[in-house]
Amino acid sequence: MFDVRPVDTDYVRHRAAQFRAQVDRRLDGSLTEDEFRPLRLMNGVYLQLHAYMLRVAIPYGTISPDQMRMLAHLARNYDKGYGHWTTRQNIQFNWPKLVDIPDMLDHLASVGMHAIQTSGNTIRNVTTDAFAGAAPDEIADPRPYAELLRSWSTDHAEFQFLPRKFKIAISGGAKDRAIVSAHDIGLRLVEQDGKPGFEVWVGGGLGRTPLLGQVIRDFLPEEDLLPYIEAIIATYNLTGRRDNKYKARIKITVSERGLDVFRDEVEAEFINRRRDFHGADREALKIFRDRFAAPAFRNAPVEGYEQARAANPGFRSWTDTNLHPHKIDGYASVIVTFKAPGATPGDASADQMRLLADLAERYGHADLRVMHDQNVALPHVHKSDLPALYAALREAGLATANAGKTSDIIACPGMDYCTLATARSIPIAQEIAEHFRAAGLEDEIGNLNIRISGCINACGHHHLGHIGILGLDRAGVENYQITLGGDAYDIPAIGQRAGAGFPAEEVVPAIDRLLRAYLDIREDEGERFIDAYRRLGPAPFKAALYPEVAHA
Amino acid sequence: MSKAFTPSAAKPGVITANDLREGHNVWMCEDGWTADPAQATLFEDEAIAELALLKAIGQSNIVVGPYVVEARRGPEGPEPTHFREAFRQTGPSNYFHGIQAAKQAEASNV
Ligand code: HEM
Ligand code: SF4
Repeated sequence: MFDVRPVDTDYVRHRAAQFRAQVDRRLDGSLTEDEFRPLRLMNGVYLQLHAYMLRVAIPYGTISPDQMRMLAHLARNYDKGYGHWTTRQNIQFNWPKLVDIPDMLDHLASVGMHAIQTSGNTIRNVTTDAFAGAAPDEIADPRPYAELLRSWSTDHAEFQFLPRKFKIAISGGAKDRAIVSAHDIGLRLVEQDGKPGFEVWVGGGLGRTPLLGQVIRDFLPEEDLLPYIEAIIATYNLTGRRDNKYKARIKITVSERGLDVFRDEVEAEFINRRRDFHGADREALKIFRDRFAAPAFRNAPVEGYEQARAANPGFRSWTDTNLHPHKIDGYASVIVTFKAPGATPGDASADQMRLLADLAERYGHADLRVMHDQNVALPHVHKSDLPALYAALREAGLATANAGKTSDIIACPGMDYCTLATARSIPIAQEIAEHFRAAGLEDEIGNLNIRISGCINACGHHHLGHIGILGLDRAGVENYQITLGGDAYDIPAIGQRAGAGFPAEEVVPAIDRLLRAYLDIREDEGERFIDAYRRLGPAPFKAALYPEVAHA
Repeated sequence: MSKAFTPSAAKPGVITANDLREGHNVWMCEDGWTADPAQATLFEDEAIAELALLKAIGQSNIVVGPYVVEARRGPEGPEPTHFREAFRQTGPSNYFHGIQAAKQAEASNV
């Protein structure tokens, strides 16, 4: 577990104090909104549809029980009792008052947390695999590298005014769980001649022009990480378009200029930057690696686990669905989904946060992870503790056995909260989840990723959903466009538009037709929706979505 | 954000914004700003609405981001014509929060 150093804590306290003074000056009229807006955005404060919104970073998704309790405290005392996990290992509070936000930041600072660079055209929260330090396929724990990038990028003077926001993800496993191909820079830990290094991806991103990244370097030795990343961002900072907000992302820079031209510039820049670091980056990496010591794993036989599985079908199906394998025998990583029936995807109540903090202390080596799919994981749980953990989660309504299934939907806040939205996301997600559960089809359908965004910005990753749903405004009426064949994990792919959009009340019937058609045409139970789509192509799925057209 | 809207007698409008300190939605009314959209002033004249908007912009120590948006005349007062404004006048659909809750709290206090 990473422990926060006094120097970090002093720094975030200082930033919170600075923001308090800025809020005071805004309220007494010395700052106009135009002057204040960039200052509040630098501290993660947005103004949304009904209220202010505060976005708090959870660096690389790792959060301690005390930090989780602090989020609960903020949810209870400054919000309406809940917070919203995003797809970028952040939490958003939807209802704070501006006058309270300085106090919230002070509270966060007391546990080493903050909202710095959760907005603005800067390097945003560096995200990674939620099972870092736990997954059996891991080449190395990606978090020391993520921490190196975090500490280097925080308040980095050169990169406070990039052409546009900048997102970096690192994956440590042989299997990519951080979606490196959909980030401005994606890093995959790989080994060459027994040495760790990175496959470096650049130019991925969703939003208006969804693009998968390209490999700019097959192998970057780990000791060159910082100067190379700095070279990429410096190159983008100079050559990225600033004339058009929608073309300002690095994905456009790379695709307009061509990967080879971009790479040549980066490599030239890298030589200079490497020299300027004087080895300080290598020293820092060593220190960070020590700070992510593995917990003292229990070397004990697994007791009661198989018996509980045999005796309790609910427990069995939860373990079948919500566990991830662990590198240590007798251990598992546990996924707690915030997708219970009727729930808003990703919303966590203060009580739920507190319970998770307690359970992590009792059963999980005091470690918690915020996952990119709006769920939370307990990365290290001994299997003997799983029956008790399950019972406690169940009592709190947090043991829904749906990880990776139909109702485990990613949904952005949409027009229920977001000023940029063109339609709602949350009610659509709720209706789909409830429909398939009521129809008893969820287990039969098996693995399926549905992703919903309330506008083209794609915060809900709809392009990467096996089924993606994009909310639009068609002449003042909510309308939903469906994309098929996207994939975030196994074979990264951007979904393709299936056809005309649907009015809100026709979305569930359309998805119902689509999934029933899939159940009819799949080869066997093992063929997932995405596999069947890849085998058969879009035609049979489009025919199910648009029966009138097919029959015409 | 909604596109700039110019009210007329055929298509009247209201001026709305967020409260600076608390963030909640407010509407311009006879004597300032109200959290009750039915109390909003309905503008039918482009020039008058423009002056009122300038006044609102000048009140940046009270409200943030004022804009004019279409509304229709309803029995209780101005009503939204677009679903975005309708959500701003109620609150989110997943929880009973925002203006819908504030209204109920107020009603139970009388
Ligand atoms: C409600 C406040 C939010 C606002 C104003 C907002 C704004 C935006 C904007 C403008 C973009 C497009 C950027 C671009 O392409 O240049 C974007 C992208 C994105 N946002 Fe949000 N967002 C919000 C909430 C969220 C939430 C709740 C999530 C997760 C559930 C999220 C995750 C993302 C992701 C993953 C992307 C797209 C990936 C990419 O940039 O390539 N955001 N957001
Ligand atoms: S996708 Fe659009 S509606 Fe959804 S959170 Fe992002 S900006 Fe808002």
